[in-house]
Amino acid sequence: MYQFINTIFIGITSGAIYSLMAIALVLVWRSTRVVNFAQAGMALLSTYIGYEFIQRFHSFWLALFLAMVAGAGIGALVDSIFMRTLFRRVAHGPIAGVAPIIATLGLLGLIRASLGLAVGNSDVSIRPPVSNVGYTISGHTLAFSPLKLVIVSAAVFLMIALSILFSKTNIGLSLRASAFSPEIARLAGVRVDRVRTLGWAIAGAAGAAAGMLQTPSGTGALSPDSLDFSLLLVFGFIAAVIGGLESLIGAVLGGVLLGLVLAFVLTYMSGSLVFITAFVLLIIVLLVRPQGIIGMNRGRRA
Amino acid sequence: MSLEVREVSVHHGPIRAINKISFDVQAGELVAMIGSNGAGKTSLLRALSGLNRSAEGSARWNGFELLHTKPEILVRHGVSHVSEGKSVIPELTVEDNLNLGALWRRDQSQAHRTRQSLLDHFPRLAERMKQSADTLSGGERQMLAICRAMMSQPELLLLDEPSLGLAPLIVAQIFETIRDLTTTMGLTVILVEQNAMSALKVADQGIVLNLGSIAAIGSAQSLIADPKVRAAYLGY
Repeated sequence: MYQFINTIFIGITSGAIYSLMAIALVLVWRSTRVVNFAQAGMALLSTYIGYEFIQRFHSFWLALFLAMVAGAGIGALVDSIFMRTLFRRVAHGPIAGVAPIIATLGLLGLIRASLGLAVGNSDVSIRPPVSNVGYTISGHTLAFSPLKLVIVSAAVFLMIALSILFSKTNIGLSLRASAFSPEIARLAGVRVDRVRTLGWAIAGAAGAAAGMLQTPSGTGALSPDSLDFSLLLVFGFIAAVIGGLESLIGAVLGGVLLGLVLAFVLTYMSGSLVFITAFVLLIIVLLVRPQGIIGMNRGRRA
Repeated sequence: MSLEVREVSVHHGPIRAINKISFDVQAGELVAMIGSNGAGKTSLLRALSGLNRSAEGSARWNGFELLHTKPEILVRHGVSHVSEGKSVIPELTVEDNLNLGALWRRDQSQAHRTRQSLLDHFPRLAERMKQSADTLSGGERQMLAICRAMMSQPELLLLDEPSLGLAPLIVAQIFETIRDLTTTMGLTVILVEQNAMSALKVADQGIVLNLGSIAAIGSAQSLIADPKVRAAYLGY
């Protein structure tokens, strides 16, 4: 019984982190039709910046906020300098469709390699800002600690805040219109280029939050070749696809579903099946329900 | 207040769609631009609205150069364009499609008043504010697209084939609406149309394009009366 409950807790917590990454991927996809593989690199860089702020200010929360600001800045820079130039240069021709995606892969490698040069390959560590010791109920320790509660709350808070931003504000309307139909948005007076950069910036902040929250909840270790960040990208991507790649709520549901499935496989079957399960889930969703679990049939347009 | 078009050329690669066209439009006029498929009507309109920025020549609205200016900037200078075909965003609600046209405006209370007066004119849209634009009929979509452009409070409105794919009765309604807006709002309108007769009937002036050049220009009545224009474009 406790094992079952703990598995659910583990699934929800890891799912919340995948969700944050999925939100970041969905934001960039929605505003520019690019699958941003560099998101893992951007999150890693932001987390390193967050680590530096922790050393300076001795406050995880301040550092989390500043890392998200830095992540937003990195996202905005990547789009306005790198992606915008790329779109201009390869607007037509045989590789126009894949060039941006390959470019984000290249950028991912570049960020990681540069970080490796800058900080060396030794680990640093981020300590949990609140206890990561599980709550105890009648002698049983749960796999749910104050830190995990913070992580889940942060993911839910970000999802709600971003959903409100998207659906209730003028900025959100600009973001949606630019994603669905850049030409009509332009004709209506929306500065589509700036709006896209804003989409990248918000994604950068969400990715930074994922990195900053993930690190202390795992081993606490942070290194430029961190496997955790590669997994974050892969699982975040799978979560986004499960959610339909278009929807923020879908991204969160996809993340939690993936987290739960993987947690149950890990607990009740075998740790070596986790990866296979994740990719099998991805393939099943693509084959059976390519529009994602919450199904916006007409939402998926190239 | 006028639009001065001088020696405008538009190329699509090696193909010349518009060849050194010049004409004037006086403020407050409704100008029908007609011509057969491939005459260059849409090419000219896309050059005027900044969607095609490779055009040569000059087109000034009240002295402001339109060519090579981005559409989102043109909107801020009183020039709005309703493009051909998909002119609303089907994924958004009617309300969002409308509001989109006024997002850039600093004075949102002014935008609110504009919206209210448009909705008074178009009660069918008012009833459907929360529906997705996808659910509208073809005619309603076109009305919505025009209203979205009106939300930007344009002085010069460029309309590309608003009659496309619509039943004759609806086309007549839309053209009446355009006529009405031109007169009551003091708009200047360039209406690009295949549907030559219906367009000329509501227009003040007419321009006939053929193979990228002006084949005839003059008052709408004189064009309707012109035997050559009748034979070539009005079908009788």
